[in-house]
Amino acid sequence: MTTETGWRRDRKGLGVWPHQGKVAITGWGMSPVDRRWDGVSMDRTLGAFCILAAQRALEDAGVSPEEVDGLLQCPNNMAGANGGSSASWGPYRPYFPPPYDSEDGLTVVTGKWMLNNMPGLTGVTYAPEALPDIGEGLGFAAEAVATGKCEVALYIYTANNLEGRYRRGGDNARDYAEGPNQWNFPWGANTLSLQIDGTICIQQYCARYGTTWEELMAPLILTEHRNGMMTSWGFYATNGASGLTTEDYLASRPIAWPARIWDYDRPVNAAGAFVLTTAERAKDMRQKPVYVLNHNQGRGNVARSSYLTLDEWMVGKRNIAEMVYEGSGLRAQDVDIFNPYDGFSPFMPLALEAFEWHGVKEGEAKDFVKGDISVEGPHPFLSGGGNLGCGRTRTAMYIDGIEQLRGTAGARQVNVKAETAVVAYAPAMSAAYLTLASSPP
Amino acid sequence: MPKLIPVPDDLSKPFWDAVNERKLVVQSCADCPTLQYPPKPTCLDCGSENLGWKETSGRGRISTYVVMMDIHLARRVEDQPFNLAFIELDDDPKINFYSNLPGVPVRQVPIGAAVEVIFEEVAPGQLIHEWKIVE
Repeated sequence: MTTETGWRRDRKGLGVWPHQGKVAITGWGMSPVDRRWDGVSMDRTLGAFCILAAQRALEDAGVSPEEVDGLLQCPNNMAGANGGSSASWGPYRPYFPPPYDSEDGLTVVTGKWMLNNMPGLTGVTYAPEALPDIGEGLGFAAEAVATGKCEVALYIYTANNLEGRYRRGGDNARDYAEGPNQWNFPWGANTLSLQIDGTICIQQYCARYGTTWEELMAPLILTEHRNGMMTSWGFYATNGASGLTTEDYLASRPIAWPARIWDYDRPVNAAGAFVLTTAERAKDMRQKPVYVLNHNQGRGNVARSSYLTLDEWMVGKRNIAEMVYEGSGLRAQDVDIFNPYDGFSPFMPLALEAFEWHGVKEGEAKDFVKGDISVEGPHPFLSGGGNLGCGRTRTAMYIDGIEQLRGTAGARQVNVKAETAVVAYAPAMSAAYLTLASSPP
Repeated sequence: MPKLIPVPDDLSKPFWDAVNERKLVVQSCADCPTLQYPPKPTCLDCGSENLGWKETSGRGRISTYVVMMDIHLARRVEDQPFNLAFIELDDDPKINFYSNLPGVPVRQVPIGAAVEVIFEEVAPGQLIHEWKIVE
């Protein structure tokens, strides 16, 4: 049973997910992670990357393309999409011979394009359009399998990035501020509202609890990058990075001081894919199944006035944590792997405290990050490197959760117990969390 | 470069009309004690549509601030770096405003300082609300 509004589990009071343990993730695959698509390399278009990621996910699961009956394609997550559409934001470029004779396949990839161009997808009977992003999308996929809409679901997520500086078009290029922009643009409070909100909250946090941005963030960001360098497909691990140092971080360019460029995830051009199936079918696949305990959507809170305050943020995040724990049946102390969304660094300590992972309560993250949060230690926070350590694919949190629960995370494999995971692409007040387990409940 | 120019709509026109008369008003619910800004179609607390306008004291405090150094807004690029401060209204600290605190040097914002509203022309006949530190 889902909510009255459909498949979404977007509020407290819904109880444990009734399909808990009946759906499993059995495969994942990533394309190469490029900084941008150059506009000409046809083997590195978003379409080519989606096919590659899907093939790798199916190979990981030990499933042929012909066995897929549910294609769940999230078509477009352009960096800076609110600054101009994918078609108008990038440089002028020609189209190419089919199947690259429109934007579809180049910077957008629809399910229809995949069905027409990925070899072997001949058994698809369920292919809804306009899938949510990965935060909500994997929950959608789990629900689709659980409710019998498909048995072998292939969810594909796209993160695309083109030449040029993003978010410089559209409303951001205008002299006038209309609609909701009239309340923040005149004072220069644009970028992303959640970026500003997060920075405000951490500034308030530092004043309230007696710490500094640098003391709080540097250990988190360095750990993320270290973990990212141990992630085989990650942007930094595959693009010649040598690892971030504290000195690098402190000396880096401020964007919205005290937030620096390393406080933000790096936009990339990549695709990731996941195979979900029934727990029964999963037993016959190549990998040890990772079971879905719960999925959530919705929002924890909204700003009452111009921006979210720290108090409003924590109320919202606690609401989200309660939804996650209620729906999964887990308690904070039951969560082994915790990979919340980290696209902006402020999200990390606030999620840590709201979920009380490893007993961290409000105001205590500043002390927690000074301890051992490495993957080798007792508190391996964001063990996959997240978006900050792997680039803005928004898949790292999920892939690491799967790998840790399988026991295949390699150098990143945690030394502590890894039987449950809470993972997310859930910006700010988004409640889009997924809870996983290495065995069914 | 001047700041971006707000474009009033049906909901916000009374607010901007008041600003142009150098008054800072917020929405006031007739059915409960709620004050709210920015304006919304209904009361945040009781859902009432019976909303009016109330002039504020125009006084507040600086909650915190950041410094914008790589902004996306073309019209403000040349202003960088600039302070972006967050003001809590004395009348109801749950109401907050952005401010560039004109005249305050970058990164020298006194957190917790008292401020009062001022008005700044961003286009002929169009003011916006800004804030200055009360000495």
